[in-house]
Amino acid sequence: MSAVGAVETAREERGGRVSLALSDSWTMTRRELAHWARQPVQVAVGLVFPVMILLMFGYLIGGGREVEGKYIDYLVPGTLALTMAFGLESTMIAVTQDLNKGVIDRFRSMPMANGAVLVGRSVADMLQSAVGLAVMTGVGYAIGWRAHASAGEFLAALGLLMLFRFAMLWIGIQLALVAGKPEMVQAVQILVWPVGFLSNAIATPESMPDWLGTVVEWNPMSRTATAVRELFGGHGAGAGHPWAAVIWPLALLAVFFPLALRRFGALSK
Amino acid sequence: MTDAIVADGVRKRYGEKAALDDLHLTVGHGTVHGLLGPNGAGKTTGVRVLTTLLRPDAGRATVGGYDVVRQADQVRRRIGLLGQHAALDEELGGRQNLEMFGRLYHLGARRARTRADELLERFGLADTGTKAVKQYSGGMRRRLDLAASLITEPQVLFLDEPTTGLDPRSRAEVWASVRSLVGGGTTVLLTTQYLEEADQLADRISVVDQGRVIADGTADELKARTGGDRVDVVLRDAGQLGAALALLPIDVGEVSVDADRRLFSAPVADRMGALTQVVRALQEAGIEAEDIALRRPTLDEAFLHLTGRSEDAGADAVRAGEAV
Ligand SMILES: Nc1ncnc2c1ncn2[C@@H]1O[C@H](COP(=O)(O)OP(=O)(O)O)[C@@H](O)[C@H]1O
Ligand SMILES: [Mg+2]
Repeated sequence: MSAVGAVETAREERGGRVSLALSDSWTMTRRELAHWARQPVQVAVGLVFPVMILLMFGYLIGGGREVEGKYIDYLVPGTLALTMAFGLESTMIAVTQDLNKGVIDRFRSMPMANGAVLVGRSVADMLQSAVGLAVMTGVGYAIGWRAHASAGEFLAALGLLMLFRFAMLWIGIQLALVAGKPEMVQAVQILVWPVGFLSNAIATPESMPDWLGTVVEWNPMSRTATAVRELFGGHGAGAGHPWAAVIWPLALLAVFFPLALRRFGALSK
Repeated sequence: MTDAIVADGVRKRYGEKAALDDLHLTVGHGTVHGLLGPNGAGKTTGVRVLTTLLRPDAGRATVGGYDVVRQADQVRRRIGLLGQHAALDEELGGRQNLEMFGRLYHLGARRARTRADELLERFGLADTGTKAVKQYSGGMRRRLDLAASLITEPQVLFLDEPTTGLDPRSRAEVWASVRSLVGGGTTVLLTTQYLEEADQLADRISVVDQGRVIADGTADELKARTGGDRVDVVLRDAGQLGAALALLPIDVGEVSVDADRRLFSAPVADRMGALTQVVRALQEAGIEAEDIALRRPTLDEAFLHLTGRSEDAGADAVRAGEAV
């Protein structure tokens, strides 16, 4: 056995499968971070887009909205949830691009943990979303939004948003694995928009026609937005079932997480 | 000890098309084996099965004694792969790529870093280590890809058309690297469309066509079967072709003639001897030649001999018996 091979075997005996899988996942996360470092402009654009939505609705359209209390207190949690929903699209684009790159063949011909590529993607996307949430709450604060919440409630709200993002992430991975081709991403982009806006993110269901209001209330994104509004306070509680904001994402994960892992494992058979 | 690579009746279909149709292959330890065949012969599919990227529909294959389907992880620890297309992260730099792969081979952070530096140095990429791979030239990319496939000093190295699309200088560099590897005891499976490449690098060659091996042997054995090297002669006057052919020494094999290009092509056993003989014979008969060249048979010619059909329907080669 060659010298390098011996090193590897020794480490493997010491390490064990779990720690190797963790190390591989961390290597793949570093890969995504290195991509950011090489494309700072692209990262910045990704952060500016949701801020623009917030400002657009806050200043241009929002003035006349009929909601109890200040519209900004309604709008900020809504756009936070909306941003998490749109994360589905960016995850799907990233995974689709990755799968169509030659480097995937090298990963698959190496003794690395199956799925480390997906874990790396997840960690990087969750990090990016966390940064996005920080930027948006900052901008929200600057234009007059205030959270009337304890530190615990504030963190719980962010937690619900991240949980929702995590569900979107695995839906995005599964769609990328099923569709496979960059052309399909556009079709999903077209679908994500109405799903994102057919929610209570920027307008209350009461202000909509009955049938639309019903659709909107059932939209999992609306549940997250509502629960987050309640936790941030300032917007009358009692809007419904806060547990739905936990159960919906978990239910979506229960379906899409195993589907995506299986699909990834069976790739290129 | 079992052979380094064994494929036993491997089959893989894509819809109606059989990409691999009962492929048999045996490669001994420490040897270089050439898989020679035209586009679409099934070379890449074969390599993908052997490197655990593709599950065969039927048959069995082992690398280093381990089954490519059931013991894929063991196989992956022992192989290096230079695929037909670059398997690199184009957004990252050369050093970042090699370090990342080193970590994924579980060398540890420090060893991955020094290994990356060693390989960059060895492949003349030390100066360009931070540049994104997408800005590399084709030759640099190929060398980095080769470096990546050598991170763990693999027991078995797969090279899928390593020089296709490279300029002559880069091709020579890749050849030199392969030769130096073989000195270190690595087993190499090399696919190529060029008979000359297989001839230069491989100890044994399997000629593949339509997903199966149609001929197999050392380069000399195959060349003997395909008529060996050839002398191409272009005459000034096509009308003299018949006279020229009559002068040829008796030991040449099947001669092909292309009247439009005023050319005949004859296989020759003794390279230099045959060349001088042909030149002298033509001179003495007063037949003017425009060009005389000694060359290896093309894959197409090898194919003609092995399969009795031409790979390229419009090929110039014509069997001497039919033409003269
Ligand atoms: N993913 C695929 N889908 C459909 N057909 C394929 C696929 N990969 C290869 N083939 C077909 O299988 C045959 C062998 O291809 P390949 O192994 O790439 O040949 P080579 O590498 O010798 O050029 C070809 O006819 C090719 O069109
Ligand atoms: Mg090929």
